[in-house]
Amino acid sequence: MDFRDTPDEAAFRQQLRAWFAANLPQGWADREPTPGLEDVEFMKAWSRKLYGAGYAGITWPKEVGGLGLPPTYQGIFLEEVARHDAPGHIGVIGLGMAGPTILAWGSDEQKARFLPPLLSGEEVWCQGFSEPGAGSDLAGARTRAELDGDEWVVNGQKVWSSYAHIADWCILVVRTDPEAERHRGLSYLLVDMHAPGVEVRPLRQITGDPEFNEIYFTDVRVPRESMLGRPGEGWSVAMTTLLHERGTLGFVLTARYESLLGRLVEAVRAERPDGSRAADDPLVRDQVGQLAIDLEALRFTNYRALTALVKTGVPGPEGSVAKLHWSEANQRLSHLAQEVLGSEARLAGGFWGYQQLRSRGNTIEAGTSEILRNIIAERVVGLPRSR
Amino acid sequence: MDFAFSDDQDELRTSVRRLLAERLPAERLHELADQPDPAGAYGGYDQGLWSDLVGLGWVGVSGPDGGGTFLDEAVLLEETGLALLPAPLLSGVIATPALVAGGADPTRRTAVAWAELRGPAAFGPPGEIACRADARDGSAGWLLTGTKSDVVDLGAAEQVVVLARTPEGPGLFLVELADRPDPGPVIGMLDTTDGTRRIGQLVLDGVPAQALAADSPGVTTILGAMRRRALAGLALESVGVAQWALANATAHASQREQFGRIIGTYQAVSHRIADVFVRTELARSLAYRAAWFVATSETEPDAVDPGVVDSACAAAKAAGTEAAVVATEAAIQVLGGIGMTWEHLAHRYYKRALASRTYAGTPAEHRSTVAAALLDG
Repeated sequence: MDFRDTPDEAAFRQQLRAWFAANLPQGWADREPTPGLEDVEFMKAWSRKLYGAGYAGITWPKEVGGLGLPPTYQGIFLEEVARHDAPGHIGVIGLGMAGPTILAWGSDEQKARFLPPLLSGEEVWCQGFSEPGAGSDLAGARTRAELDGDEWVVNGQKVWSSYAHIADWCILVVRTDPEAERHRGLSYLLVDMHAPGVEVRPLRQITGDPEFNEIYFTDVRVPRESMLGRPGEGWSVAMTTLLHERGTLGFVLTARYESLLGRLVEAVRAERPDGSRAADDPLVRDQVGQLAIDLEALRFTNYRALTALVKTGVPGPEGSVAKLHWSEANQRLSHLAQEVLGSEARLAGGFWGYQQLRSRGNTIEAGTSEILRNIIAERVVGLPRSR
Repeated sequence: MDFAFSDDQDELRTSVRRLLAERLPAERLHELADQPDPAGAYGGYDQGLWSDLVGLGWVGVSGPDGGGTFLDEAVLLEETGLALLPAPLLSGVIATPALVAGGADPTRRTAVAWAELRGPAAFGPPGEIACRADARDGSAGWLLTGTKSDVVDLGAAEQVVVLARTPEGPGLFLVELADRPDPGPVIGMLDTTDGTRRIGQLVLDGVPAQALAADSPGVTTILGAMRRRALAGLALESVGVAQWALANATAHASQREQFGRIIGTYQAVSHRIADVFVRTELARSLAYRAAWFVATSETEPDAVDPGVVDSACAAAKAAGTEAAVVATEAAIQVLGGIGMTWEHLAHRYYKRALASRTYAGTPAEHRSTVAAALLDG
């Protein structure tokens, strides 16, 4: 056990810091925080820069445009992103979910075709898993794909799909065998979001932002070979996606939480219009102490999972622990910010107002807290299955 | 960066776990915890098991002949928490910096008499420990006078490290208990809730003592190291306690049937157990983090920031001892009526969890330390 960087890790970190210093947009640190939707063109340009410097796909093989480094380097990258409050890569779904799944299941042609533009931010990915009738219960998916000659013909509806409005590609779970038992009838397609018959309808969230979407598929024709795994293997492929979703997400979420806690600490320390400071309230102090402890607990749980990942190559189910706890800590943090702001918090449009509303989604997206507790109880702790 | 214990440390864990499971079955733990404290023959600890731990080289590991660091002791403490070891291992680990400074033997059973009163702030940062016990350097050597009312493991100890005030400032002294000096210290054991870790009162009236450290800056440094060890050590032990509770709640929920179903398939039960798992894992992360910081602050003092080490220890102590209380309470609930009986081990672990939560500062005090690092200055 040694938490310090090895000489190679320290050199990588130094190089990264120098790169941020030279490349972060002018006045980045002093900008007004802009909650909600990101500026797509800015994010694409930034992602291209990251890719050019080698900082997209740090752990991915060199052949597909990655750096081929161990997961610890990805951890260092995310730490430094948090420290500099730097913008992230636009490929949240691509880097975290679609990419690792293509790496695990894709053919050499698929890897060569999809991974480089994913890393460079040139092509954005979205996820087509949930449906109106199949949320947590993914095996109930009903979107159909029928083979017609050399093409799959897709019909159905997906929902809660972030980035779909700007996406070029979709990882899509479809039912290819309606006769087979629920899980066995599923397949996993890579679908061109610009194909005829794909229609994206933004859904307005409680924040007011249309951050996620519905996707309608009407006779969308997908080349037969644009599939990961074989027909009927969609469930296994989707499990790879979800494992990676929660496996590497921990670092990203913790980095965001750290930056949010930094903002909260500023607000707590600041003098309010009546001259008082929230920092003088022992109840506020106690909660700040707990939130800071939560941050370190999350950070070191991620690190421990990282060490396991280095040893086994696959993220363990422990990722569920980080996601579950992060979502709840993030919600507590938002609540405390509301208290610190006091009556000021009633005004719409502010950073914390947005954060308070958006954080309610944290215990729903990427596996609801109820599903994560089932996973922990059954697959990690080893209790008997409830279903 | 490497966040795992070494292969040797993993092997140490396996060996300790095996030995303690074999030597401390439920009936033995109950027997020890229920032993009375008749005058001069103190109960509640396992002398034979202690001798074996010494023989195996698992006591005084970070001492001069121990060949290890606090990280190895961290492995031991998590396991002794899991087994609820009734012996003064943690007290010895806390005392080690003082014993080493004074050339005393860290493999003897040692208690630490620093707090004079029980209650809040009895274990504050070195400069803030209220200390009225008096040390005089006379022709016959150092003589100590004072009363220490919160001495953990006093009954089991052969020697006790005493914090006392010299004319120049605080000093650390060693009082012999096995081979009593004359006039001897007076020991009064208190009726402690946790029968596996008992508290005593030590009354000294001109008792001869050996000085371990009597120069002021040195004493403050040693006290700081002892305090960090206490906080990290209690956190590590508490992770073991929580792990026991998790395992036993899980085992019961996996076989007990009601309404024709295994109760662990009811989400009201399984989700509570999942929450215990989450808290235990988070507490474990913080305890290991504190352990590394403590070990490194001792072996390479210049490599880590003392403020970060203190904050890491405070965070681990707050989260670890809270997790152990939450876990043991959940275990009692999942066990149902049997969890409320004297014959089940659950209450022994619960009592340890409660005692550790309030020993050496409450979670609220430690959260306040963490908050201060962010909000003040």
